[in-house]
Amino acid sequence: MTYNAGHYDVIVIGAGHAGCEAAVASAKRGAKTLMLTLNLDMVAFMPCNPSIGGPAKGVVVREIDALGGVMGKVIDKTYIQMRLLNTGKGPAVRALRAQADKPLYIQEMKQILENEENLTLRQGMVEKLLIEDGVCKGVITETKAVYYAKSIVITTGTFMRGKVIIGDLAYESGPNNQRASVALSKHLDELGIEMVRFKTGTPPRVNSHTIDYSKTEIQPGDEEPRAFSYETTEFITDQIPCWLTYTNEFTHKIIDENLSLSAMYSGMIKGTGPRYCPSIEDKVVRFHDKPRHQIFLEPEGRNTEEVYVQGLSTSLPEYVQRDMLQTIPGLEKAEIMRAGYAIEYDAVVPTQLWPTLEVKKIPGLFTAGQINGTSGYEEAAGQGLMAGINAAAKALQTEPLILNRAQAYIGVLIDDLITKGTNEPYRLLTSRAEYRLLLRHDNADLRLTEIGYQLGTIKEDRYQKFLEKKRLIEEERKRLERIILKPSEDIQRIMDHTGGTALKEAVKASDLLKRPEINYEMIATVTPAELHLPDDVKEQVEIQTKYQGYIDKSNQQVERMKKMEDKKIPENLDYDDISGIATEARDKLKKVRPLSVGQASRISGVNPSDVSILLVYIEQGKIARVSNE
Amino acid sequence: METDTITAISTPIGEGAIAIVRLSGPEAIAISNTVFKGKNLSSVASHTIQYGKMIDPSTNEVAEEVMVSVMKGPKTFTREDVVEINCHGGLVSVNRVLEIVLSQGARLAEPGEFTKRAFLNGRIDLSQAEAVMDLIRAKTDRAMNVALKQMDGKLSKLIQKLRQELLETVAHVEVNIDYPEYDDVEQMSHEIMIEKTKIVYAEIERLLQLAKQGKILREGLATAIIGRPNVGKSSLMNALVHENKAIVTEIPGTTRDVIEEYVNVRGIPLRLVDTAGIRETEDIVEKIGVERSRQVLKESDLILMVLNYADELTNEDENLFKAIEGLQVIIILNKTDLPKKIDMERVKKIASGFPIVETTLIEEKGIDQLERAISDTFFEGEIETGDLTYVSNVRHIQLLKQALSSLKDAMDGMEAGMPIDLVQIDVTRTWELLGEIIGDTVHESLIDQLFSQFCLGK
Repeated sequence: MTYNAGHYDVIVIGAGHAGCEAAVASAKRGAKTLMLTLNLDMVAFMPCNPSIGGPAKGVVVREIDALGGVMGKVIDKTYIQMRLLNTGKGPAVRALRAQADKPLYIQEMKQILENEENLTLRQGMVEKLLIEDGVCKGVITETKAVYYAKSIVITTGTFMRGKVIIGDLAYESGPNNQRASVALSKHLDELGIEMVRFKTGTPPRVNSHTIDYSKTEIQPGDEEPRAFSYETTEFITDQIPCWLTYTNEFTHKIIDENLSLSAMYSGMIKGTGPRYCPSIEDKVVRFHDKPRHQIFLEPEGRNTEEVYVQGLSTSLPEYVQRDMLQTIPGLEKAEIMRAGYAIEYDAVVPTQLWPTLEVKKIPGLFTAGQINGTSGYEEAAGQGLMAGINAAAKALQTEPLILNRAQAYIGVLIDDLITKGTNEPYRLLTSRAEYRLLLRHDNADLRLTEIGYQLGTIKEDRYQKFLEKKRLIEEERKRLERIILKPSEDIQRIMDHTGGTALKEAVKASDLLKRPEINYEMIATVTPAELHLPDDVKEQVEIQTKYQGYIDKSNQQVERMKKMEDKKIPENLDYDDISGIATEARDKLKKVRPLSVGQASRISGVNPSDVSILLVYIEQGKIARVSNE
Repeated sequence: METDTITAISTPIGEGAIAIVRLSGPEAIAISNTVFKGKNLSSVASHTIQYGKMIDPSTNEVAEEVMVSVMKGPKTFTREDVVEINCHGGLVSVNRVLEIVLSQGARLAEPGEFTKRAFLNGRIDLSQAEAVMDLIRAKTDRAMNVALKQMDGKLSKLIQKLRQELLETVAHVEVNIDYPEYDDVEQMSHEIMIEKTKIVYAEIERLLQLAKQGKILREGLATAIIGRPNVGKSSLMNALVHENKAIVTEIPGTTRDVIEEYVNVRGIPLRLVDTAGIRETEDIVEKIGVERSRQVLKESDLILMVLNYADELTNEDENLFKAIEGLQVIIILNKTDLPKKIDMERVKKIASGFPIVETTLIEEKGIDQLERAISDTFFEGEIETGDLTYVSNVRHIQLLKQALSSLKDAMDGMEAGMPIDLVQIDVTRTWELLGEIIGDTVHESLIDQLFSQFCLGK
């Protein structure tokens, strides 16, 4: 017998990285939000590697922060080490990565959730959606509680019909032996939502006491304090190192000999795995000539001895995992605390979603995170945030938010998913972004804070600080444009020192800064700013000035794209009514139902001639409307 | 999408005395105006026709006499501003005009694009809509088929090879970015990148060079014979005509008549441009100062400069040399049957590397050597006509030029010490542009390359 358990604006099912962002964003926007999760002790749990950020992903964390999300703040309070990657490269590809303290991360996140106004936390397993007239109106749990809401967000990660596989052992389970969500997956299937089967995996965890670190290389964090969140002012200085070791021919021999026992190769696993995160057996098979593979030893936290053996993801039987470890320098005597495993799960084919992450077929229902075929905490969190923002928008009857490919990596991620779909777990890469020079980690606040403020997820005091930063950047840039530097002794000394060619005639300070060997500090020694400028302002002045040529070029590309993006396509366009479109293109268009001509042109199988015809048809419709009036 | 300006030759190719290059779009009038010498086109009344000259902005020389119709939107076929440039018929003139407007920012129209714009801007009524769509479909497909057919299998293979080179380079940089800690993937250095881009750059340059040679083969090599009076210009002409089959064509234009004589030299058609005029003017040295003569020279692909072997170099000779500075020259030392008086050292010095051929034209001696010199100048070694025709499509040439320029940006960036991941943006762009030639623009292949080339996974 079901019972009425209450009415909400938004319900979020799941409390992983997508669910947490979705719930907090929704609540911050003022929607009365309920979060339902299988296990309240496992909020924001990291079932895989203990790290957050990295190239592209780290930028997403910053974007989430600029839009008022929580991932950046939580990791800033709980990291065990932080590094800025790609420092030797251009500003567009620099990215932060933190090693996380897994248990602390959970605690910190749970507190944020518990203290969020408008947000209710409850433990419970959702089995069914309440669908009325094709619209999602609520959820029903296994304990027969019925919760009603205007928007429902599903963020169930890899739990849907989850199956854990170790060698020839397979059992129904979510990650880390949590309960799998079976009824809900079946229910979605019945509702006509198309699903795919994906696979991912983890390596074994070993006891730190049994590792001989003397045989490995130390990988310390950066000396310089760093943070993801623009609000963080306190930094953790007591950092813990990671360690690097390698596999070798003996490891590979064991893998070769036992390959038939790997679930991956025995045919036990049907799901598609990600190419960028292959199992060790995959690496050895595909790149047989490589004499060794890197293995990173990453502590899972300050108060635990468990160490994550990064790079050794596997579905080989437990005893083979033990044999493998024994061949690796430093791990000869390592004791496995948890064995590595592969996990298969159901994911929603993401082309069934609107750019708001609402399911086209079922108004009121949103999906976000790994359930949409992605992989990675950051990808999940980015989607969760957007789904939360848009679920709240729907419930509160305000405008949805869609980020485009030139605004954020989150925009690239969602556009890729809903437009192209994915045939493997999707991971963000810098190469997926056409305008990565614009989507830098250092300017995420400049790109998105304004939007966050409009949404109400960024509060007034932070917004004022942001405006001040923006003002300082603009003024300092203008000043450097004005200042003319003569070839004085001071300047020549700097040029000498940097190995640059001596100045022959007077130049604008901004032009001098464009030389590769010159940085902002050098300019400031000869022409100091009137005010004291914070480091992040100086950084912006330097990057924006130095790479202006490239930034301008990217902006021109964006302008060209924008014309296509601005040509809107009605949601309900009848593609069967358009003669001349090729059959493949028609099928794809009917499935994706793009909202702009730009989006249509990105669908694989839709050719330029199809786009032309589409354009003509849309304009024809406009003319018809005009002539009818 | 309709905010750029498109252009195309809108009269059938190779027919008629007059050809028309049409432009449509917001910049149509401005673009035409920048290369038009005559009335200011932006201030003339709509739907009027203006006489004037078209300037080649790369040389600032007059390229063509033209009549230009200016029609302001919306009362035009496309409802946009439209300019129609009427020029002399014949491939050379009209292509030249087209290239000039392309160089000023107009984009080559796709097949049926004028009609499409006419429709999009509401110029064509609803009943015609279906027909237009069929037209676009048919034209696009046909254009694609034609382009694909035009494209020699060799070109396609070469482009694919170049793209693969670039793709591997780009994938390498991407791996360095996305997997910064992978120590077994070598860091892409400026040195390696420069080396790789240089190879591709040279290949694209060679393709464009071939395209130019192909154009010469199709359209003829504009050749002018110059020299002081009585050095043997007429004999040279006669010898060339006698040795080879001469075809005299008469192309009547609206404002002037041009006589062109074609002679075929070892498979290379020489188009002796307006030589009639020059030959008749015995006082060529004085006349060289006259703009018309100078223009004839500047338009030439090849100058045959005749000197008298049996006479000393004169000021007139030196002045002539100055007038043809920067052009492709072959020096002919005529009258070698007579005792040598010319200062060979001096000739060699002013020839500065251009070939020198000795002839006795009156006896038709030395013509062989001259012909070899011509052939060597434009087609180093063997002529493979198969190679020469394979880049002939204007769209392909445009894309190759853009690809080259984009690669140049990348090389300049490396020169300036820009970070490799920024430079790579231009390399990727080059890869995309080359892809447009063979109709392959799928971005996914980069990611596929990434995972097949490197063992990744953290």
